[in-house]
Amino acid sequence: MIELIAGKYNYWIYICLMMIGFYAIIAKGNLIKKIIGINIFQSAVFLFYISISKVRGGTAPILWENAVLYDNPLPHVLILTAIVVSVSTTALALALVIRIRKEFGAMEEDRIAKLRSDGP
Amino acid sequence: MTEHFPALLVILPLLAAVLIPFSPAAVKRSAWHISFASAAASLALAARLAWEAFALGKVSYWFGGWAPPWGIEYSIDPLGALLLLLTAFVTCAALSYSRAAAPAELAAERLPYFYSCMLLFTSGLTGIIITGDIFNLYVFIEIASLAGYALIAAGRRREALVASYNYLILGTIAATFILLGIGYLYMAAGTLNMADLRERLPQVYHTKTVLTGFAFLVVGLSIKTALFPLHIWLPDAYTHAPSPVSALLAATGTKVGIYAMIRVIFTVFKPEFNPSTVPMTVILAGLACAGIIYGALVALAQTNIKRLLAYSSVSQIGYIILGAAISNQTAMTGSLLHIINHALMKASLFMCAGIILMSTGAEKTGDLKGLGRRMPLTMAAFTAAACSLAGLPLTAGFISKWHLALGAVEAGLWLVVPVILAGSLLTAVYFWKIIEPAYFSPAGERRPVRPEAPAGMLAPAVLLAALGVALGLAAHFPALGAGRAAALLLGNP
Amino acid sequence: MTEIITFKPLFAVLASLAAGIMVSLSGGRPALREAWTFAGAAVKFAVIASMLPAVMTGAQLLTPGLTLFPGMELRFRVDALGLIFAGMASFLWILTSVYSVGYVRKLGEEKQTRFFACFALTLSAAAGLAFAANLFTAFIFYELITLATWPLVAHKETKEALSGGRIYLVYLLGTSVTFMLAAILISYNAAGTLDFRPGGIFGAMGPGHKVLLGAAFALFIAGTAKAAIMPFHSWLPAAMVAPTPVSALLHAVAVVKAGVFLILKVVLHVFGTDLLSELGFGPPLAWIAAFTILAASVMALRQDNLKLRLAYSTVSQLSYVVLGAALLSHSSIKGAIFHMAAHAFAKITLFFSAGAIYALERKTKVSELAGIGRRMPLTMTAFSICALSMIGTPPLAGFISKWYIGLGAVEAGQPVFLAVIGASALLNAAYFLPIIYQAFWGGGETAAVESPEKGPLAMLLVIPLLLTAGITLGLFFFPGLLLELAELAAKG
Repeated sequence: MIELIAGKYNYWIYICLMMIGFYAIIAKGNLIKKIIGINIFQSAVFLFYISISKVRGGTAPILWENAVLYDNPLPHVLILTAIVVSVSTTALALALVIRIRKEFGAMEEDRIAKLRSDGP
Repeated sequence: MTEHFPALLVILPLLAAVLIPFSPAAVKRSAWHISFASAAASLALAARLAWEAFALGKVSYWFGGWAPPWGIEYSIDPLGALLLLLTAFVTCAALSYSRAAAPAELAAERLPYFYSCMLLFTSGLTGIIITGDIFNLYVFIEIASLAGYALIAAGRRREALVASYNYLILGTIAATFILLGIGYLYMAAGTLNMADLRERLPQVYHTKTVLTGFAFLVVGLSIKTALFPLHIWLPDAYTHAPSPVSALLAATGTKVGIYAMIRVIFTVFKPEFNPSTVPMTVILAGLACAGIIYGALVALAQTNIKRLLAYSSVSQIGYIILGAAISNQTAMTGSLLHIINHALMKASLFMCAGIILMSTGAEKTGDLKGLGRRMPLTMAAFTAAACSLAGLPLTAGFISKWHLALGAVEAGLWLVVPVILAGSLLTAVYFWKIIEPAYFSPAGERRPVRPEAPAGMLAPAVLLAALGVALGLAAHFPALGAGRAAALLLGNP
Repeated sequence: MTEIITFKPLFAVLASLAAGIMVSLSGGRPALREAWTFAGAAVKFAVIASMLPAVMTGAQLLTPGLTLFPGMELRFRVDALGLIFAGMASFLWILTSVYSVGYVRKLGEEKQTRFFACFALTLSAAAGLAFAANLFTAFIFYELITLATWPLVAHKETKEALSGGRIYLVYLLGTSVTFMLAAILISYNAAGTLDFRPGGIFGAMGPGHKVLLGAAFALFIAGTAKAAIMPFHSWLPAAMVAPTPVSALLHAVAVVKAGVFLILKVVLHVFGTDLLSELGFGPPLAWIAAFTILAASVMALRQDNLKLRLAYSTVSQLSYVVLGAALLSHSSIKGAIFHMAAHAFAKITLFFSAGAIYALERKTKVSELAGIGRRMPLTMTAFSICALSMIGTPPLAGFISKWYIGLGAVEAGQPVFLAVIGASALLNAAYFLPIIYQAFWGGGETAAVESPEKGPLAMLLVIPLLLTAGITLGLFFFPGLLLELAELAAKG
């Protein structure tokens, strides 16, 4: 039991973060908070990737003469790409929210739903 | 040179997409020409690659010369070739349609960026189809999705922004699930190359890691594919997007999503994974059947033309996934044929809806009275495309529905057969609501601003609809191609 | 059996298709347009008639198949049964075209081009069904018949017409897609082929698969709503909103005969009478047919609208053919096939008469027909002759078909159906004889009125119906050709 929690604490952290982010996306009505939720959610996934790249006894994946074992660099690379994707998504989402605020005058989901002209 | 074609296929539109926003005003004015040239080039490349893929069985390209599984591999097999041709063709048609349609729905200064996004979307889709690396798949999915969000937000009304935002939220959740799934698979197998995963995963099929990864992948892709009940982003998105975007997205976006799902289930995971560990057939088939009936029933209740077409898409996507879920040779062939059929027909239908909107301002099904006489070509194309979706004989839709139903009979899934047939009937009924007043009621108050749309808009719509009938009569080539692709997927000789 | 490879069946189908296209292109010039119709009809009938000698010798005429996709091909094969159906339909098309010209011009109907074009397309589809070599081809043309006739049903574009058209589509498309397509797929999966073969395609499968074959058979019957077996008959009265030439050709001859034709094909060439007897599927179908015969006759009694009365009469008479098929004996099938033709000639006359009455005197109800026999003697004489044929009295064609069906009932060891035939004859008399009586001897004294049966347009209406009445009479005295064809068809 202890082993399950303490031995895999990294997974527990990422699961909690993921759920917090997911909760924010679904439960919060404010558009910006949803975006924040997405960011938390995605960050949790990034943490997961990084954590699985760790090799016991390995050092950072940078070429170094004294290194015996390196961590796996591939997930790091993948996450760099994924971070770029996440940033682009956030930027696009924020741009959309700015336009929505301009057009509807509101940033809350329920208020926007009432203002829509094609029914709720 | 020709061995670099796979790379060019993705890079050309990408380059054009990036160049357009940063070029001087004179070049920006010819944004459409650049886009269309790029799309035409893509179509030519796709045709060449498809021919090679069918002749040789597989076309492989190693990026940077790095051999897989270390490097990223592009791999085109008959299934990918089919999708490539389809996507390239529909993109050309949609761009041709945009020439007149986009200026009518967007401000002139936005047009260059609009075309740039269309090219980005195309590039992303092409990448999804031909990549052989599962993380690369995620990247291209995101490229296409982001471009898609921007395209949808370009719609006339402010509801387009909300539709785009909602799609963004759901789409990002989906993509993140996909990313998570990839992570689990990497954890278990240590490789990202799809062919390599296929070899290595069977040893770990029964571990929770792989099962979790599979689950996340399938759920994420299901959201992208708008499989019931994860389809809720689709109606708003298709309704409020500009007409060329609706046509392109409806035709290609979800189909490529289905393609990705089929790749994951049948190429990355072998078909044996399904019955032995997860009853994927049952679950997917059940959801697909629900989607068919749900989509059709809700479509019946719609009064907005584009919204009706959107729910119709939900229904038809159910058919495609049903065929893949039944996963015998006949049903899979039917599924692939229906991908082709639905893509072409839905594009045509959305194009016709856009033409009607532009000419008469009509958005509701009740405003179409007498249009059959005033806009004969448009309504003829609409009717032909609708008949093909409903599966009436002598159309491509009949061939695909025949295969799907026969596949269900062969598999002994007796409950599925009435669903397929009833869905066809419901499809005919909800299209009937549009077609009957158009031809059999005297003209309403809406008079066309123009008698018939400009040729640039009409030609693609009519061509695509005509293909639906032509492919119903000359079904040999698509059926053989789809059959071969299906056999490869299922591991049949 | 010798096989002759020929494209004649294809030509027959294409002749009316070409005519239909030319008709729709000649909208502005009525004379040219009508000329195309007649040209197409003449060519079609000539081609079909030219195949008669070969079929009489028992040879099979085949066209090369067009493979639509691996496993399915569109193919034509001419046998006696198909020849009867196609020949009858195309011959009556010629007469109906004459009649239609008179009718639409007398009434000043709109959209005449669409009218004549759809007629031509329907006949193409009917020929395609008649000559289908496999169930796949048959299904496609069966559906095309529905689609081609729908604009004719909804022709008047009034609310009632559109509503009638909708009911028409719902019943016909609904049953064929839901039931018949399922039946075809099940059969294909079980038998591995969809070709029509004398003796059936299920080969040795027989009694072991009773449930499967039973389900398939039931689905076939349910899927053939064109045969107007209850409870899938309601489309036929609803389709009476169509102009009378449409009702005449299509619902007395082409559409409904397509339905019973397909049932005959299913019984003879998909299942085979031997297999059906072994499995015992005959009696249930026979009882359903018997019920339809009697119930529809009762409903006909209650109709005051002449066309509706004739519609229910058609529902009833169609089930004679189904009954004959269901009895599974050689004579009953022969009688069923003969009735397919005999009823066609008689019913079309009745509808022609109803249309002439409407066009010339604007009357639609049975109660308004008092004394009309004296004003329109030619029309009502024809009507009377064919009504008697419906009842089944000699010396008319209807007698021959009922004789053979009755003989078949005895042969099959189910003489109870003789009573059904007899009861039905009485009911037919009950709803036809009063019309005849009222027409000629009713209504008291009428002032000497100018007979409306004068003038060129009226002649266009009257001559065809006299011809078809004459044929109904003539078939009794010269049944040889038709009987021989029916014999050939019933044998396999």
